[in-house]
Amino acid sequence: MITLLINDKKYKLDIAPEMPLLWAIRDVIGLTGTKFGCGIGACGACKVLVNATATYSCLTPVKDVVGKKITTIEGTTPNLQLLQEAWAAFNVPQCGYCQPGQLITATSLLNTINNPSDTDIDEAMSGNICRCGTYQRIKSAIQHTVELKNQTK
Amino acid sequence: MSTNNNISRRSFVKNISLASGGLILACNYSLFSNEMNTTNAVEFNPNLFVQLNTDGSLILIASRSEMGNGVRTSLTSVIADEMEADWNQVSVKQAVGDAKYGDQNTDGSRSILYLYETMRKMGAMTKAMLITAAAKTWQVPESECHAQNHFVIHTGGKKIGFGALAETAKTLEIPTNITYKNPKDFKYIGKSLKSIDVANYANGSAIFGIDKRLPNMKFAAIARCPVTFGTVQSFDKSAAMKIRGVLDVIEIPRIEKPFGPLGGIAVIATSTWAAFEGKKALAITWNYGKNETYDSEAYMVEITKNVHQPAKVEKEIGNVDQAFASANKIIESTFQLPHLAHAPMEVPNAVAWVQGDTCQVWAPTQDPQTAREEVTAYLATTSDKVTLNVTFLGGGFGRKSKPDYIVEAVILSKAIHAPVQVVWTREDDIKHGYYHTVSSQYMKASLDNQGRVTGWLHRFALPSIMSTFTPGIEFAQNWEIATASDIPYEIKNLKVEVGQAPAHVRIGWMRSVINIPHGFAVNVFADELAFAANKDPLEFRLDLIGSDRLEDTKDPIKYDTKRLKNVLKRAAKNANWHQPLPNGHAYGIAVQYSFYTYVASVVEVSMLNDKIKVHNIYTVIDCGTVINSDTVKAQLEGAAIFGMSLAFYGKITAKNGIIEQNSFSDYPLIRMNEIPKVHVDIVESTENPTGVGEPGVPVIAPAIVNAIFKLTGKRYYNLPLSDYNLV
Ligand code: FES
Ligand code: FES
Repeated sequence: MITLLINDKKYKLDIAPEMPLLWAIRDVIGLTGTKFGCGIGACGACKVLVNATATYSCLTPVKDVVGKKITTIEGTTPNLQLLQEAWAAFNVPQCGYCQPGQLITATSLLNTINNPSDTDIDEAMSGNICRCGTYQRIKSAIQHTVELKNQTK
Repeated sequence: MSTNNNISRRSFVKNISLASGGLILACNYSLFSNEMNTTNAVEFNPNLFVQLNTDGSLILIASRSEMGNGVRTSLTSVIADEMEADWNQVSVKQAVGDAKYGDQNTDGSRSILYLYETMRKMGAMTKAMLITAAAKTWQVPESECHAQNHFVIHTGGKKIGFGALAETAKTLEIPTNITYKNPKDFKYIGKSLKSIDVANYANGSAIFGIDKRLPNMKFAAIARCPVTFGTVQSFDKSAAMKIRGVLDVIEIPRIEKPFGPLGGIAVIATSTWAAFEGKKALAITWNYGKNETYDSEAYMVEITKNVHQPAKVEKEIGNVDQAFASANKIIESTFQLPHLAHAPMEVPNAVAWVQGDTCQVWAPTQDPQTAREEVTAYLATTSDKVTLNVTFLGGGFGRKSKPDYIVEAVILSKAIHAPVQVVWTREDDIKHGYYHTVSSQYMKASLDNQGRVTGWLHRFALPSIMSTFTPGIEFAQNWEIATASDIPYEIKNLKVEVGQAPAHVRIGWMRSVINIPHGFAVNVFADELAFAANKDPLEFRLDLIGSDRLEDTKDPIKYDTKRLKNVLKRAAKNANWHQPLPNGHAYGIAVQYSFYTYVASVVEVSMLNDKIKVHNIYTVIDCGTVINSDTVKAQLEGAAIFGMSLAFYGKITAKNGIIEQNSFSDYPLIRMNEIPKVHVDIVESTENPTGVGEPGVPVIAPAIVNAIFKLTGKRYYNLPLSDYNLV
């Protein structure tokens, strides 16, 4: 039995300890917001927060995250919510498929850097592919969120 | 010249023509669908696309697929606008695949072009009935009533909500005489509406095909022969069966149809992961078959040979040979472009549930009717037994109009008597695609002593999309020739020839299709000619397009050189084309007419340590009437990135018949750290709305190559640029 803490909820799962977190979340627990894109850590569609850091769930065996706090796109953390609002305001998504991974990565960035520079954003976000090419709006939405946060401080 | 080049490319699959828009109308005037009547509270269905409930909530049907094209928002906003509905009351429901909706194929950038008038009609019809209902209720003449923001209002000041009118409207005859809004009164059309789905995309609740879950659903992965159309000789499943979660291993046959599954060995499991692991553990011996000899490098040499000698003449105006003989200068170049893969972020996948003689499918598909036909044929049943539910698509780009992956799920569900989800791995997607064609193109032109083009020869060889439909076709076909032969240049002596190019993989259409190779060769070559003539590339191109004219085509939509020149000039103006750039920066320009739409881009490039960087892309689009300006903008921003990906990295190669690339690691795409600023400018127009999703792609690669030439004096004739270590 593997116990996972996802979005503040405990799940006891009868699965192989080697099963990547991605598939435990999607196929066993049934939270489908976290996406499969490549399975090799090359696209970022599968990212979830482990503690506060964006992590490739396709490369992470469940046994490695036992006892850690996992947050998916269905979960809530302050930065994620702010970013989701900005995503809507900038009408970021096209097909939308990569966006959970993009949002989780952006959340992780804002969790670690308060005032990310352009280069910080590029660096943090470059593990995430968007085949529809929404990068420009993603960047604007992140910058906008940072500005909002600074204003309300 | 005929300009039906891009739009009719699928007419070989089904006899679809512009008239299919009329079909929707024809059926809708006579059809009162009960499909949406899921509860008793449901009310007023004036046509297939509209359902008004007594509480005023309005459900509008999207008949085309949502794959990032914004179609669920734009099509329904047209109905809402004509209807005078309040957008906040609208929710959108996705149509199942059914001919009663007319052509549902979301492909060829045609959704708005075909459906704009239809959607207006649906809205106007509904509004007319609501006005009649109100007039009846109040016992006043209809002429004293008008609709506004979800109400019908009487000149005397009375008003009544749409919802309250539903009951009465339901009893009325369908009006035969309807009037449309004056475009200047549009509330939603032409404005910038947010995607109706944006919140669900951002919180992870949007259900894509891969997210569909059913009770007791099994997951499946399939091992397919590495060589196209190879077959299974033998296999050993024992190792796979030992993997935890693997339930069964089943051989499935190839179905020899254009959209037939490739066949192979399927692993059924309790999770996608177990299915993937089981697949890896299979020991399979394949019969590779005759495509085993496919070597894309050798193939390029072969088709290039075919364009370096006279080939099949498809078009000749004037006398090219004579023009060449009396030339002041002759320029000739050869362009080579590789296969490309669509690589939508969501891999091909589908859920099927065959129960007795009925079948339910949930799939991300661009073409639910074709999918439904394929499923019906496989089950040897009638289409009324097959329901094709369209989920959100995590990108399509043409890949998801080919339902081979859907039939796979149906085969497996039928075999194991349970709902099954087939999921392709990324490697499957890259290695078993319907590839964008590979091409070699030879271009030759003559200049007179004023630097004007007097003769133009375009000779190309590429495996045709038609080879997928009629095996054995070895030459490009009509619409694959038209982009070269209907070139918008005023040239007196022009010849287009087509060389032989047999196909060794499945060839399919990908976002902007034949415009990618032709747009590349023509735009780079025109730039080369400008420099040979010692002229500014922009001025040279404007001269080449020549006089203002509407081409005399059989097509209902005429081709307008004035609009083409306008986008070119406007892109140049937006970029400040004639102003000097910072040191080490240069501009390149390209222009393309495709899907009835006019697009030009100016690209600003610099080079540092022998690596190029794209700083700005100025794109101008003239797509006639704009339905949703933000969608147009987004599509053009995306098209710029799509075009950059293929220019920088796009390359699929084969050795011994096996595709060499695997995943995003060796089939890279543009990432955030590489993006330029994309500036989109939309020409305001009252012409018919035309394609938006594809026309922004083909200009990007040639504009980049032209900018690199300006910067370095070196001309790159082949893609991708990563082959030259430039990126
Ligand atoms: S699915 Fe994990 S990085 Fe692509
Ligand atoms: S929005 Fe489609 S892949 Fe990013």
